Amino acid sequence: MSSVTFYALLGSLLVGLGLYGVIVGASALRKILAFNLLGSGVFLLFGVIAQRGAGAGFGGDPVPQALVITGLVVAFAATALAVGLLVRLGESAGLDDVEDESEGESS
Amino acid sequence: MSAIFDLALLADFVLAATALLLGLWVILTADALRAAIGFLVYGLLMAIVWIRLDAPDIALTEAAIGGGLIGLLVLGASTRVPPAPATARARRRWPLHLLAALLSAAVALGLAAVVLSLPDPAPSLAATVAAELPATAVENPVTAVLMVFRAVDTLFETVVLVLALIAFWSLIPDASWRQRLAWLPLPHPSPALVLLAQILLPLVILVALHLFWIGASLPGGKFQAGALLAGVWALAMVAGVMQPPAVTQRLPRLLAVIGPLVFFAIGLAGIWLAGDFLAYPVGFEKPLILLIEVVLLVSVAVVLGLILAGLPAATVSLQPQLQRAASQPRPALPSDQRSEPFLEDRP
Repeated sequence: MSSVTFYALLGSLLVGLGLYGVIVGASALRKILAFNLLGSGVFLLFGVIAQRGAGAGFGGDPVPQALVITGLVVAFAATALAVGLLVRLGESAGLDDVEDESEGESS
Repeated sequence: MSAIFDLALLADFVLAATALLLGLWVILTADALRAAIGFLVYGLLMAIVWIRLDAPDIALTEAAIGGGLIGLLVLGASTRVPPAPATARARRRWPLHLLAALLSAAVALGLAAVVLSLPDPAPSLAATVAAELPATAVENPVTAVLMVFRAVDTLFETVVLVLALIAFWSLIPDASWRQRLAWLPLPHPSPALVLLAQILLPLVILVALHLFWIGASLPGGKFQAGALLAGVWALAMVAGVMQPPAVTQRLPRLLAVIGPLVFFAIGLAGIWLAGDFLAYPVGFEKPLILLIEVVLLVSVAVVLGLILAGLPAATVSLQPQLQRAASQPRPALPSDQRSEPFLEDRP
């Protein structure tokens, strides 16, 4: 059991946790948060793989590390777009259209 | 020796367990505001995790963007979106929750099994990067990957940022197109906040420029510095020290696109001067990379800051408009004051 093992497990569990939140999240904003948690888990798995590839005097494989930096910035852009859509929807249409509680009694 | 090792192992365990508990908090807590605050703290904790994984460049990015900027964004949104109505129907949806939990557990366990059984020794490009590093005139391997080996990723990432800003701004209703972006400014910022913003503004700019400059040889670089600049710009707008711009102003638009444009132009010039797209001519690597990094820093900071500044305040809400439409015949409006088409389609 090494330190990297903990973070590998943490990354896997965060992906599962985020997936659960995306499916059952009580509101669209909570689903956005859960989606970010899922993405964070994926980035962490990437980081674990980078760390396993340490060598040549580097603490980790710099290629996956650079890709995670790219991914973090793009994740921010996607989150911003989702939040913007949500806020505009709330302003213009009322929140009933955002929640999936209003899908109907039959579910 | 082994005691020190065990202590490090214990610290890693505590860190991982705390991050997992914070993740649980973000998913399970009842209140959206609490979840957003939990996510902010989670982002800062993840920055420490990245340090433990020997990735200081990612740690800086995570602390600035993953924790700071996304946290600020969802924190603002959680106060802007009305709270979800409490519903009795949620109790009846437990089969869905159970299925989702089972699916998520299966995914998590499968991933864990895969990650723990990865081949040893792990495949790695570290040796290749180390061998080619002297040719790039950059000493930080992560910066070398971002600016040289995988420059095309970085180029299109900045294009994605600009596209995200365009998509974000396309949500602005026509009627409020000319107004200033309105998510950040407080109506009555406290004097302490104004003082903090005034003191922090020059200091953070200095720190960001330092972080940018050392990025060639040490952890740091344009994304981290750009996120810091965007963050302190947001603070200045919250405190009223700086006015948020309007979407129609030309300077912010120009600064937002100058980075990808210059990067693209240099990349295209590389076809003739160095034989390949995004190749740098021999002897000019350092000045060209520096030029690209400077314009990208400006663009990243401006785009992130403009997204944080949000959208203009909604001038018209749906209900009064519907009532007006129902009670009186619609007068002929000038085109820029007319309500949006999709609102008129509603019954």
